[in-house]
Amino acid sequence: MRTLLVVAGAVVALFLTIAMLGTAGWTRPPMAGQQIGYRGTGMDLIRTRAGNEALAEANQAPAPADPVEEGGEKASAVYQNVKVLGDLSADNFNRLMVSMTEWVSPEQGCTYCHNTENMADDSLYQKRVARRMLQMTQHINSTWKEKHVHEAGVTCYTCHRGNPVPANIWFENPGPNAKSGFIARNNGQNVATPEVGLTSLPYGVYAAFYAHKNTPDDAIRVNAQSALPESKGKPIQDAEKTFALMISMSQSLGVNCTFCHNTRSVAQWGESTPNRVTAWHGIRMVRDLNEDYLSPLAGTFPPNRLGPQGDVPKVNCATCHNGANKPLNGAHVVDAYPELAKPVASADMPAGTPAQPATPPAAPPAPKP
Amino acid sequence: MAMLSFERKYRVRGGTLMGGDLFDFWVGPFFVGFFGVTTLFFSVLGTALIVYGAALGPTWNIWQINIAPPDIKYGLALAPLKEGGLWQIITFCAVGSFVSWALREVEICRKLGIGYHVPFAFGVAIFAYVTLVVIRPFLMGAWGYGFPYGILSHLDWVSNTGYQYLHFHYNPAHMLAVSFFFTTTLALSLHGSLILSATNPGKGEKVKTPEHEDTFFRDTIGYSIGTLGIHRLGLFLALSAGFWSAVCIVISGPFWTQGWPQWWGWWLNLPVWR
Repeated sequence: MRTLLVVAGAVVALFLTIAMLGTAGWTRPPMAGQQIGYRGTGMDLIRTRAGNEALAEANQAPAPADPVEEGGEKASAVYQNVKVLGDLSADNFNRLMVSMTEWVSPEQGCTYCHNTENMADDSLYQKRVARRMLQMTQHINSTWKEKHVHEAGVTCYTCHRGNPVPANIWFENPGPNAKSGFIARNNGQNVATPEVGLTSLPYGVYAAFYAHKNTPDDAIRVNAQSALPESKGKPIQDAEKTFALMISMSQSLGVNCTFCHNTRSVAQWGESTPNRVTAWHGIRMVRDLNEDYLSPLAGTFPPNRLGPQGDVPKVNCATCHNGANKPLNGAHVVDAYPELAKPVASADMPAGTPAQPATPPAAPPAPKP
Repeated sequence: MAMLSFERKYRVRGGTLMGGDLFDFWVGPFFVGFFGVTTLFFSVLGTALIVYGAALGPTWNIWQINIAPPDIKYGLALAPLKEGGLWQIITFCAVGSFVSWALREVEICRKLGIGYHVPFAFGVAIFAYVTLVVIRPFLMGAWGYGFPYGILSHLDWVSNTGYQYLHFHYNPAHMLAVSFFFTTTLALSLHGSLILSATNPGKGEKVKTPEHEDTFFRDTIGYSIGTLGIHRLGLFLALSAGFWSAVCIVISGPFWTQGWPQWWGWWLNLPVWR
């Protein structure tokens, strides 16, 4: 009996060891780390050479479409129902439409958004969402240029990467067992969710920190401002939420805490790297996009595109960054598409309404781009 | 310096590893030996260089003196003296003096004809240090990954190096090391209090024997490891703590680049419950 137990235990231990060594994700030298802070502070990016190459390979920017001749008639004169890009020449408009197809729906083609019987028709929700997303792209490249995206800018590809729905989006997370009779009182934590790096930290951090523009500036800041307590500080649950958010940001950018912070005092700006300033604005940008551009699409998306709580898909750092601290290796993707960097004329422009199914389309079919 | 009455009989010739009879003598109570000389040489040179490094730095505040390793761009090459080269020479002196001290312990063990347990135990501590400043930097490809020499600066390095892996408490080897450190203190406190209790009986009573000590633990936890066994256990616990400390840092970086919490994905993804 005893021998049997010993043998059984040894076999289990052997299989667990094999599983651990084989599936955990171990790496090996050669390393290709990168120093961030002063020497000896331990502020470094820790990467293997192979990992660096794989990351660069996975974040290649697509070649921009060949430029077209300037001039010619405006898109708004040639096509109907062009609400955002009407000022473009028809040739440039078609060039962007082809690029968008490659960026967003390379497999589905034009019909992912367009009714080919009538290209001007707004009946497909994808087209109405795409119009809103065009405005959002212009908003990012103009309003957030100095603060976050700089010269690189963004195109649809920055997030979409050839997928109609970007790989990294988030919905409000109701947590486990939310639908059962007994709602587990886990205080929104202790579940190894991927968004917080499999830690036991609170998982609802996106809804807490990324959803609203009016989130107080000190929502994330939990460190004391004075050496001795002068008032009741924040509870430890808030600190854990902040830690969870920071872990999610680190993962989204493929970096660690020391990319922005000298952890001897994470709160002090004087000890932080300039990257923290970019990240601070990035958080504001994400809130801005979620509140002004995505949440208003709640009535536009069909129910199957909404989250378990009925909320729209929203963006976080990973949506653009996809694991790289500079999306698409920092390529200046917007240079070839200046129309995407144009300031938004009317951010509150309606996304459009579906054509009445009963009425046949009145407009003649627009030429296929 | 006075010699204890029984000490002379242990002052025997021979047992040296290096230098033959040349350094086989005592200065006061201290055995010298070849490795005593090298210990002295490396420790004096290293300390002098630390003082020189402090003189180059901006402060004499003992807490803030900092002698930092070179920039990572120097890789495994030598760096300019004032840009980390000093750290490299001091590290060489430190390893030289620690290893010399351990080998001097070996020589003394050989003279006395006792086991090598003490130099072995010290060797584990040296191994942990060498892992931090030689083995891991070598695997990472740059001396710049070593920790800086300074009271506060090395703590800042520990903090940042931990946060390079997002949450270091999820490092499984760190968990083992911390558990062994705590268990070491638990075992030492149990053992120390037991010895003191047996040797401090009530007024007028005789000092108690190991039979009493064994009986105390048999009564409380059903088992006593015994007088010799507790020292074996103590040594095992303490050396395991140092050993797993070395493991927990050498796997961080060369063999693991993500956050440590993500390591546990292998457990969450076991086909049994995935």
